Amino acid sequence: MAPILECKGLNKFYGGKQALKTIDLSLGRGRIVGLLGPNGSGKTTLIKLASGLLTPTGGEILIDGKQPGIETKKLVSYLPERTYLNDWMKVRDIIDFFCDFYGDFNKEKAYDMLSRLNINPNDRLKSMSKGTKEKVQLILVMSREAKLYLLDEPIGGVDPAARDYILRTIIGNYSEDSTVVISTHLIADIEPVLDYVVFINQGDIAMSATLDQIREEQGKSVDELFREVFRC
Amino acid sequence: MAWDLKNDRPIYTQLVEQIAIGIVSGNYPIGEKLPSVRDLASQAAVNPNTMQRALTELERKGLVHTQRTNGRYITEDNGMIEKVRQELAQEQISEFIQSMTKLGFKKTETVQLINKFMEEEK
Repeated sequence: MAPILECKGLNKFYGGKQALKTIDLSLGRGRIVGLLGPNGSGKTTLIKLASGLLTPTGGEILIDGKQPGIETKKLVSYLPERTYLNDWMKVRDIIDFFCDFYGDFNKEKAYDMLSRLNINPNDRLKSMSKGTKEKVQLILVMSREAKLYLLDEPIGGVDPAARDYILRTIIGNYSEDSTVVISTHLIADIEPVLDYVVFINQGDIAMSATLDQIREEQGKSVDELFREVFRC
Repeated sequence: MAWDLKNDRPIYTQLVEQIAIGIVSGNYPIGEKLPSVRDLASQAAVNPNTMQRALTELERKGLVHTQRTNGRYITEDNGMIEKVRQELAQEQISEFIQSMTKLGFKKTETVQLINKFMEEEK
């Protein structure tokens, strides 16, 4: 079986500025992967290439062996760093919208998560705090039965209690044939949930290893290693 | 069961330790069925693959065993549990002695202090 995400000599320029150097990366199924790196290191660029929002300048990126397109969008559930939903819509309507859009959307799961996080489905996005909006978006993304979840900064704006719930949801959602990629700076919070870590720096992959491999070899947490490697 | 994960060591070794403590202390009773990998991972808020690895290690040690398609069970071998209990005690003692050595206490002094402490506890 092809890896769920594979980059072969992938690179990306924005005009004259190189955002990703030539990257080779292969992610297996059934993993929860941390995509970690300082601001501007290329995390979002890589995620956008995988979700098909950007096209590579050179090399290729494959999702389940296929180039990003209609077929891969069925497999990929993507949480962008910024919202794209209409804020006059009620949560209930957005859920129906997602149901129409994605064949793999599990409505029951979405409503269950909403009630656990005390979000009223009849509220409009407009009336919600920034953190609550983020929760709604994450619920939408996690309610799909996708093969690859790409979560760009999923926990930045939410309170610690909701963060715990979200991480437990990601664990509870675990399946052997789907992979979750989480990009974040809040490493300490998500570290125990990860089993694989990709460090990205200045558009290049600085390290990729299993979490326990790093702890074993370095004798410290990935969070501590990050602070050392990227010390300002 | 409360899970306490430290930063300086692999997560799976800590899970092995803590489940072993859970078994020795009777938190997971002898011969009982263990929760599923997913439930355990969710309780400990760790990656399911990491939990799986910890359970495989506990199986290798003989503390748990898999019943075909029916999940994992705690061993019924009391001797085995006692052996692990002794091992865990040795680890605690060795850690304690190391800490005392760091504070500049000789072994004999440490023993004296323990005895004195025990006397006062009575």
